[in-house]
Amino acid sequence: MNAAPAASIVPDVSDQPSGAPGENVLSVNGLDVVARTDAGDTPLVEALTFDLRRGETLCIAGESGSGKSITSLAIMGLLPQPAVRISGGSILFGGRDLATLDEAAMRRIRGDRIAMIFQEPMTSLNPVLSIGRQLIEAIEAHTSLPRGAARERAIEALDAVRIPQARTRLKQYPHELSGGMRQRVMIAMALALRPDVLIADEPTTALDVTVQGEVLELLRDLKNDFGTSIILITHDMGVVAEMADRVIVMQKGRMIESGAVGPLFAAPSQDYTRSLLDAVPRLGDGMASGTAQLAGGAGNVVDVEGLTVGFDIRGGIFGRATHRVHAVENVSFTIRDRETFSLVGESGCGKSTIAKALAGLVPFTGDIRLGGTSIAGLDRHGLKRVRRDIQMIFQDPFASLDPRMRVGDLVGEPLIIHGIATPSERRERVAALFDRVGLSPDQMERYPHEFSGGQRQRICIARALALRPKLIIADESVSALDVSVQARVLELLKELQAEFGIAYLFISHDMAVVENISDRVAVMYLGQIVEMGTRDQVFSNPQHAYTRRLIDAVPIPDPAKRRARFPRMQGEVPSPVHARGRSPTTVTLRDIGGGHLVAGN
Amino acid sequence: MAAYLVRRLLQTALILLGVSVITFALLYLLPADPVRQIAGRSATPETVENIRRQLGLDQPFIVQYWRYLSGLLQGDLGRSYLQRSEVSTLIAARLPASLLLMVGAIGCELLLGLTMGIVAAVRRGSVADQTMMIASFVGVSAPQFVVGLLLLYFFSVRLGWFPIGGYGTWKHMVLPSVALGILGAGWYSRMMRSSMIDVLRQDYVRTARAKGLARGTILFRHALPNAVLPIIAMIGIDIGLFMSGIVVIESVFGWPGIGQLAWQAIQRIDIPIIMGVTLVSACAIVIGNLLADLVTPFIDPRIRLR
Repeated sequence: MNAAPAASIVPDVSDQPSGAPGENVLSVNGLDVVARTDAGDTPLVEALTFDLRRGETLCIAGESGSGKSITSLAIMGLLPQPAVRISGGSILFGGRDLATLDEAAMRRIRGDRIAMIFQEPMTSLNPVLSIGRQLIEAIEAHTSLPRGAARERAIEALDAVRIPQARTRLKQYPHELSGGMRQRVMIAMALALRPDVLIADEPTTALDVTVQGEVLELLRDLKNDFGTSIILITHDMGVVAEMADRVIVMQKGRMIESGAVGPLFAAPSQDYTRSLLDAVPRLGDGMASGTAQLAGGAGNVVDVEGLTVGFDIRGGIFGRATHRVHAVENVSFTIRDRETFSLVGESGCGKSTIAKALAGLVPFTGDIRLGGTSIAGLDRHGLKRVRRDIQMIFQDPFASLDPRMRVGDLVGEPLIIHGIATPSERRERVAALFDRVGLSPDQMERYPHEFSGGQRQRICIARALALRPKLIIADESVSALDVSVQARVLELLKELQAEFGIAYLFISHDMAVVENISDRVAVMYLGQIVEMGTRDQVFSNPQHAYTRRLIDAVPIPDPAKRRARFPRMQGEVPSPVHARGRSPTTVTLRDIGGGHLVAGN
Repeated sequence: MAAYLVRRLLQTALILLGVSVITFALLYLLPADPVRQIAGRSATPETVENIRRQLGLDQPFIVQYWRYLSGLLQGDLGRSYLQRSEVSTLIAARLPASLLLMVGAIGCELLLGLTMGIVAAVRRGSVADQTMMIASFVGVSAPQFVVGLLLLYFFSVRLGWFPIGGYGTWKHMVLPSVALGILGAGWYSRMMRSSMIDVLRQDYVRTARAKGLARGTILFRHALPNAVLPIIAMIGIDIGLFMSGIVVIESVFGWPGIGQLAWQAIQRIDIPIIMGVTLVSACAIVIGNLLADLVTPFIDPRIRLR
């Protein structure tokens, strides 16, 4: 075994009292993984040592760049060689060292003894092959079962992951299933051959929170039923607390700390672990820190009344609209000066469509008034003037900055578009903005790829601030960031609000973040608002069943409060697509006191 | 599906109408006089005028076009000025040869282009990759008649492997098919390479590897159907390229197809034949695109025709 530099600060994991029965299934000893670059080999994982016992769930937690995904790919022999390769150490499994096996031997282990599921269920299944074919070929690759028997085995596997009507699903294609269903198919595929080890790399990160609960529960049940050992890789400390028997915390390719989940959460021995745990937004934090007094001035920045947005689906000989997607249906709300108004809901509920309607990017019916002016009747010039007051920050800071422009020019561009200030004044204003969002004005000449995700989101914020808008629409603006970065960006947003008196329309699927930042909250479901009120009204006294389910589904980052059962959704989310001329039933909101609106029935 | 087909056929009719108007107008505006060609140099002005009247070429454009269109709607492509035969008969006699050549050329394109593209993508950065990409570049850049003549020189004249020209056995087909297909093969190999490289990076290919599938299964069952989708749309467009290519290649190789017919007709300003060949070509392009669109849903279940 290599001398592991991390060993001095890490208690030897094998000394830990074992909660799970049985022997070690997998032993990683002094694993080094390097990436080949022009400047020589850069270490991605250094001296990683851990054991995985039979039937336990080991969580590898860490932020982006910690090497947690690289570790899982190294175990599977799926590193993008020769650019990235194992340069030292061993991975012992069933008496063999996986680090030295050739491709043919490794192939017999992959999928059969060690299986893996990935983060993106939407892209992890082949779009042109049926579910059945993809399941059956996995079984046939490792057994000599005849087609019929392999088929039965595939149906069993789909049954095991609680997919209804498994037999008929075999003929379906991935695009016909929702994200949660696809991830279940991935799990079925991974577990069809009863592997010893299942590696799950961020298996629920791309899923809605209520679906995440189901998938986690499924993994837990399958582990108990089959005795599979699970390596669960995640950045979400809530998921770690819900799932793990033991935890490894990684940072920059090294193991920082490891141990049983309870003690590690109760008394982390390393500062990094502690900061990671502190940065996690928790439900209840917002209430503890915040006062009940409502921010916001006298006036309204935005008045939305009866907003409806739909998209036609065309068909037939003449391409007439036959169906309509009712993305947003009869939604009304106001955003006051200087307040943070949050829209929360799961994917496809219409929250981003509302943002687009406000920015004048999609046609709508109903009335949107910005600072008292209705935007429906405005011409191009009027719209441009109004848009000055509304700026947006998007989810993906990598995609929303033009890679070929200097960041200083990107931040100054809105000023040019609206013809504000002379070039030298513009430079000064941009420099001041950089300073304000925590970047150095020296960095103005650089290009977006030279910045980290958090820095880029700061650049996006500076760009949104450039025109001194009255409203900033933040559409999932912190979702793609690591928790520690996320906490700092949220803090910056709050400071800027106090300083410049901006109102935010904050759109998120993350209940904990919403609770942390909002003054008022609206919960959306299928294009309609089902509950709206102040943060305290919605979070301490949720009235609508859907709001409660959303809150209950959030994993709690405390292993002591682990739930036996996640709330489960009954069936699939209904479709917002209706035949032309037929409208969905609209809910009516009723005031249950103090402006707390809840959908009746 | 039925609605889709009906809509596409209506579109086809409109396209053909447009093609006929434009071609007819261009030929009408042509400075050369077809009647002089027919009458010959020694004809008297009276004879010329007689022929002009007989053919209806003294009428205004709109009348001429109307006559042609009403004939067309009854399936009548008119009579050749010089060959004393129905245009439809002439085209029908030569179309099979051209279709055969087209099949050979598409086969050559796909075989060469896809193989090279796949190998280059899998062995990215290797000597084989670089060699094939240079070769494909040459294939794309070289004029078709030059390729045709070079092939003739080496394989027929020097090596004597294939006949110099004509029509009959499979050996006659090889060189013209290659000459016509080499351009497309160059395009396809480059498209296939980039498409394949893109697909091999996809998450589902990683999933296939994680399942422990064999390399060949991953390549041909998981990657190829996804990578070939953009190529199929190209084949439809390609038929347009073929139509211009066969005019040259059929002449070089003495291949008795509609390309040669068109070439002769253009030299003698035989308007009914030029019109007929143009319309048949337009039909072929439209049908090619329609076929490509109809095949795609069988490979990609996400695509539904409506």
